[in-house]
Amino acid sequence: MSSWSRFAETFLNAKVMHRYLPDILSGVVVTIELALLIVATGIAAGLALALLRSLGIRPLNWLIIAVVDLFRALPPLVVIVLIYFGLPSAGLAPSGFVSTWLSLAFVLMAFSEEIFWAGITSVDRGQWEAARSTGLTFGQTLMSVVLPQAFRLTIPPLTNRAIAITKGTALGTVVAVTEILGQASSAMSNSYNPSPLMMGAAAYLVLFLPVVVAARWVETRFAWKR
Amino acid sequence: MIQTFFNLEIIAASWPIVRAGLLNTVLLSLLVVPLGLIGGLILALLASVKNPVVRWPLMAWVDFFRAFPPLVLLILLFAGLPFAGLELGGFVCVAIAFFLNTGAYYGEILRAGIDSVPAGQIEAARSTGLSRLQAMTYVVLPQAVRNVLPDLLSNTLEVVKLTALGSVVAVPELLYQARQAQSLTYSPTPIVVAAVLYFLMLWPVVRLLSRLENRALARR
Repeated sequence: MSSWSRFAETFLNAKVMHRYLPDILSGVVVTIELALLIVATGIAAGLALALLRSLGIRPLNWLIIAVVDLFRALPPLVVIVLIYFGLPSAGLAPSGFVSTWLSLAFVLMAFSEEIFWAGITSVDRGQWEAARSTGLTFGQTLMSVVLPQAFRLTIPPLTNRAIAITKGTALGTVVAVTEILGQASSAMSNSYNPSPLMMGAAAYLVLFLPVVVAARWVETRFAWKR
Repeated sequence: MIQTFFNLEIIAASWPIVRAGLLNTVLLSLLVVPLGLIGGLILALLASVKNPVVRWPLMAWVDFFRAFPPLVLLILLFAGLPFAGLELGGFVCVAIAFFLNTGAYYGEILRAGIDSVPAGQIEAARSTGLSRLQAMTYVVLPQAVRNVLPDLLSNTLEVVKLTALGSVVAVPELLYQARQAQSLTYSPTPIVVAAVLYFLMLWPVVRLLSRLENRALARR
């Protein structure tokens, strides 16, 4: 047997791959669900915090900054482990899925709050004053004048951050979430063959590579022309 | 509540284990940050050759690692390679994975930095008689690094946070040690302590980054 066919027999074993394909596919579904949940809730919460911060209530802003700093400084895996293994001692027992979702949503919330806040503060003070003096309310100024300009600035960093954090769904495997990596690892130990892991790796590329390429396009499309 | 999550007796009892983890996390970071920077520098220097034959494969390489979760890369090296007869320890796997993964991120940042230096600078440097390498080392790189310093710092923060992945392949860093202590004491306290230590270690960097980002914005 040539070394290539021996390699293929081990790492790309057709029989093993065929047998575990359904498992990997169900992992793909879980990963997609988890990723969409994280992106939707994380970014929405981040925007909400940034809007709250723009009200300029001092003690509230300190609280927001503290929460944001906390989730920027802690490794996501530590947050997941803390929620999954820690909360049961407080009488709550979130599943691995919920722990991973909450943790990564908090992390994305923290990063997106910073990005949205940077976008909002980048809009010149004069614009606020001009809009308010034409009779727009605070809310109208925010919605029709400030946010449309802020969003443009936030889109490239936000996409990059969202990708980096949703890739973290793989961390769910540590707390027994049956996403791609979890399925691939257990299939690998059941079959004593690394082919499922190769399938899992390929699945991640199929899922995330188009997003990364699209992000590159978005980055040039929305770049500030200076 | 405090009895459960911040039990002083358990903190005292598990401190030697957790402390060893803290030390290893610092050492691991001191190893993987320079490794990633070297990888990134190699990529960025290669990309500064404005040749599509070099540039396109590089771009594909960088995108590949931006799309690939670092944990999957780590597991592939740790659990996949033994099937090819290559058994590397968890520590070596972490080093290789970080070299590849964080190298791609550093490379992308440094490339943007090099691109931000006007071409006239290179031409001027070359015309004073500096070689291509000298122009790069003494003229372009110092300015490039300064232009992307906040991004470099931000990525370094992410890299240090990423060392927690080592716990999955039994590298005795902070999270791993804390979980060992947790299973010995049946208490979540060691994990809370680990989280506090991560926060104390990285919070100054987060603050500094926040200020740098705000300053960059004010200059716009």
